[in-house]
Amino acid sequence: MKNPYIPYQVNILEAWYETPGDRCIKTFKVTFADEKVWDTWKQLPGQCAMVGIPGVGESMFCISSSPTEEGYLRFSIMKMGKNTTALHELEAGDSFYVRGPLGNSFPVEEWKGKNVFTIGGGIGQAPLRPVVEYIRANRGDFGELELIYGARTSEDHCFKAEFEEIAQCGECECHLAIDVEEEKWPHFVGFVPTLLMEVAPSPENAIAVTCGPPIMIKFVLQNLEKLGFAPDQVYTTLENRMKCGIGKCGRCNVGHLYVCKDGPVFSYAQLKDIPEAFA
Amino acid sequence: MAVKKLSKEKIGEALKELSKFRLIAPARSDEVVIFKEIADPEEAYLDYGNSTVPPKKVVFPQTETLFRFMVGNPELEEKNVEEEGTTVIFGLRPCDARAMAIVEKLFSWDYDDPYFLKRRELTTLVGMACVEPPSVNCFCPSVGGGPFGKEGLDLLLTDMGDYYLVQSLTDKGKKLEETLASQLEDAAGGDEKKAEGMAAEAEGKIRRSIKTEGIPEKLPGLWENDLWKKVSAACLGCGICTFLCPTCHCFDIQDEVEELGDGRRCRMWDSCMFSEYSLHASGHNPRPTRRERTRNRISHKYSYYPSRFDVIACVGCGRCINLCPVNIDILDILEQVVDA
Repeated sequence: MKNPYIPYQVNILEAWYETPGDRCIKTFKVTFADEKVWDTWKQLPGQCAMVGIPGVGESMFCISSSPTEEGYLRFSIMKMGKNTTALHELEAGDSFYVRGPLGNSFPVEEWKGKNVFTIGGGIGQAPLRPVVEYIRANRGDFGELELIYGARTSEDHCFKAEFEEIAQCGECECHLAIDVEEEKWPHFVGFVPTLLMEVAPSPENAIAVTCGPPIMIKFVLQNLEKLGFAPDQVYTTLENRMKCGIGKCGRCNVGHLYVCKDGPVFSYAQLKDIPEAFA
Repeated sequence: MAVKKLSKEKIGEALKELSKFRLIAPARSDEVVIFKEIADPEEAYLDYGNSTVPPKKVVFPQTETLFRFMVGNPELEEKNVEEEGTTVIFGLRPCDARAMAIVEKLFSWDYDDPYFLKRRELTTLVGMACVEPPSVNCFCPSVGGGPFGKEGLDLLLTDMGDYYLVQSLTDKGKKLEETLASQLEDAAGGDEKKAEGMAAEAEGKIRRSIKTEGIPEKLPGLWENDLWKKVSAACLGCGICTFLCPTCHCFDIQDEVEELGDGRRCRMWDSCMFSEYSLHASGHNPRPTRRERTRNRISHKYSYYPSRFDVIACVGCGRCINLCPVNIDILDILEQVVDA
């Protein structure tokens, strides 16, 4: 029996900044120090991992790469507290520790044949990225893929090069937004929920997946309802403070659900009657 | 095999025999009774009500190492619980043993928690029936237990006056009976029947109760009810209700590093009544006041836990009532839930 509290060492292959500022976001592309771990590590889009450094601590992050991207894992981490600050000091060639994969995943198998809309804000694109990459790698199995993404400013956009590449290759539509006007910004100016109403995706045979700041999620959910999406067509991910990541330590619950174990992925049908879900 | 008895004259001898294991028994510590490792049978204090601190720390220590490391060295050295050895908890109350069985459901749910489960496997529980309710705030029958309850125990002792009736309940219990073969004698034929009568009588002496039926289903609907503000108004947020609760199992994980880089990752009891418990790194707190935290504590025990594990995470020991510095009373809160 593998002890679920013992993390695996990973080596950083590449590391780069997505966004600047006090709360900058850095992406790490890593592989296991012991290659044999890959034989048992089976992650699904949306799953998480505890990421940290012995002596500093660990915190829960979504794995922002898709299982279809082989040979590495990606984490996009915002500098926020003690652990993330220590992680941000690391560069290619350094190591940190990971345990997982933890939690549930997006039910991508059930979405086959459907149109999928992702609606992200800020760092909230990190858990949506594996969905996008998974669908792109299995393009024939899904209907349309359409991306809506916004951040405060153009500098705050994550995965800029990837969005550009996706938009240019024409395999799916990308709608980008910033909150306030900037010179030479060719896309939408305004909040993501407003952009969603402009794009106005049809709920027919469709799934909407949203992740971002709580206030954005709140209005995106309201607007999806206006567009005719039923609660079981809408998915989001939740986050809370976590310690164990395996449903023991207690703190991450929203109502009777543990975010670490029953989540992080929930359908709106599961959450709409749990007032604590959006606390 | 006949039911056994242990003469009170031989209790010292029996404890001496058991001290070849790691022997944990109730003992006086300043003003209170706690469970501690004893080397000398004289230290055991069996004529007690209930311990102030429950014996849960034997299987779930207040702080324990998960693994050790040396900063800069990739090797992580997993804590080996096995080396703590075979343990006997002697003389714990049925509610505290039942609490361990209840908490085991969580620690073996989905992911096995190797630390808790290994300790549980290494530990034999020798219970002491409550002939008299240890506290005015006992309410174990209301939550599915009883003063002579057997759940979680391997052996149950009942004080019959000059001797203890010894009922073995599991294979571990039988094994321990064999260890004590030279101290135990066969009990009289009618003793078990007599103990049954005593159990009914003991239950009749318990003064406090709550009708739990319907509470798990009702609680989620009372989310915005005024009662949460009322019942938490006096709360100091000291956390004693959770630290002294035999079923509270929430923990924090922290890393400690000494000067030369010798470090350990450990876990320690935590309390849902503390603001840091749910505080995000961003500064956001989904349970910002004692109102939300009290609501979560009660809902966890009486609604969330039963919805997942089919059992209320409270054994009715009354410690949270007895020891709250501002007299917050869980039965009073539950009455308000029933009346809401």
